[in-house]
Amino acid sequence: MSTIRILVGTRKGAFILTSGHRRKKWSIDGPHFEGWEIYHMKGSALTPDRILASQTSSWFGQIIQRSDDGGKTWSQPGSAGEAPTVTDGMPQGESNKFVYDTSAETGKPLTTHQWYDGTQHPWEFARVWHLEPSLDDADTWYAGVEDAALFKTTDGGVTWHELAGLRGHDTGADWAPGAGGMCLHTIVLDPINQGRIYCAISAAGTFRSDDHGETWRPINEGLHSEHIPNPTAEVGHCVHNVAIHPSNPNTLYMQKHWDVMRSDDGGDSWREVSGNLPSDFGFPIAVHAHDPETIYVVPILSDSLHYPPDGKLRVYRSRSGGEDWEALTKGLPQEHCYVNVLRDAMAVDKAEPCGIYFGTTGGQVYASNNSGDDWAPIVRDLPAVLSVEVQTLS
Amino acid sequence: MIRVVLPHHLQTLAGCGREVTVTVDGTVSQRSVLDALESRYPMLRGTVREHVTLKRRPRVRFFAAGEDITHEPADSPLPPSIATGDEPFMIVGAVAGG
Repeated sequence: MSTIRILVGTRKGAFILTSGHRRKKWSIDGPHFEGWEIYHMKGSALTPDRILASQTSSWFGQIIQRSDDGGKTWSQPGSAGEAPTVTDGMPQGESNKFVYDTSAETGKPLTTHQWYDGTQHPWEFARVWHLEPSLDDADTWYAGVEDAALFKTTDGGVTWHELAGLRGHDTGADWAPGAGGMCLHTIVLDPINQGRIYCAISAAGTFRSDDHGETWRPINEGLHSEHIPNPTAEVGHCVHNVAIHPSNPNTLYMQKHWDVMRSDDGGDSWREVSGNLPSDFGFPIAVHAHDPETIYVVPILSDSLHYPPDGKLRVYRSRSGGEDWEALTKGLPQEHCYVNVLRDAMAVDKAEPCGIYFGTTGGQVYASNNSGDDWAPIVRDLPAVLSVEVQTLS
Repeated sequence: MIRVVLPHHLQTLAGCGREVTVTVDGTVSQRSVLDALESRYPMLRGTVREHVTLKRRPRVRFFAAGEDITHEPADSPLPPSIATGDEPFMIVGAVAGG
């Protein structure tokens, strides 16, 4: 019998929702870090009770929090509650230190990217959007940050260093911020092809490394984006989210600014699979835990209208890997609904049948315990939900 | 002994109350007070000032002796009442409505 733990990041704190394998009765714990934006929380793939959280504030910057007891207690790695990192006799408190690497030895001294007005703008760290645990080491994590870059820790979050080969890619100076900033928001680790990592950046596109993050190349062939002067350019695409199934990692699914896309060659090429969706604009995309051809999206009207078509909150499911989509509505509001679901706010569990979860900008967290056929709210009135991750605990 | 008043969110981060005390050797200035604060509470590094550059974060302000001294040079001496501990050095989150 499994236990399901949902990690919910919101505009005003973190919440942890827990249920037994039936996924009908939920306990709600929180808020943790009340008043802070929690962009993302995720549990270790190897040690599930180890959870990292990205706690941010426009006033007081970036904080990394870590729990080693499933979210009951938290501390900043290397600082409060732990022996501080000491250098030259001084505690350093480095867990929130994300400093871009501009050394010629490890990357390139790249210091600017394209700004909204077409001029070059200095790279400035704002926050961590996404935390991704290594698949084979509980102390190794990756962090996707704004302005877009990839960082890595090998000591459980105490210190972070940039994998500068991504930002130092030749196209870096052409990357530009989207409306939400220039953020690296998606990190996908390939569980089969050793050393393969995918990242997605708004608005630059998707990138792949085959050497553990040392070197990178854009993988955007087949993407078509009307918001850039050359719609098929190598970079500049506003990719919103990318997902894989661990059993078939060469197949990737993408929700782009517009268009739902699919690749069957590890991102070397993409084709559109929007099919009969009422709108192919959206943010999250997720893959069923037990069927690599079953995928989920939540369409919204457009880049100007961030809410569902017709005021009806509908998850769309394709059982054929795209093209043919069915609306999932049972238990979801079908009138007067004008919420959005953000890119990291949908996730699946590994129970049987597969559970699907998503959080909305209206503060609802919805759950389906039968692959999306039926839905029910777990909680309705949280702050706006930024992220949802699910742990299936044995 | 220098008294420092922290905003709510930094109190929770540091696990302390509204007011803490620090000791400063030499000139009592924004920089020396913040250095002492971050030495005692390393979890606050990066929250008041940026890492590396030590630039004040844009939405943080400093008050002393009834004055907004945010834009005073970091090494300028603070008012005597701060140095004697009669009044606190205040770290303030800028107001934001909505």
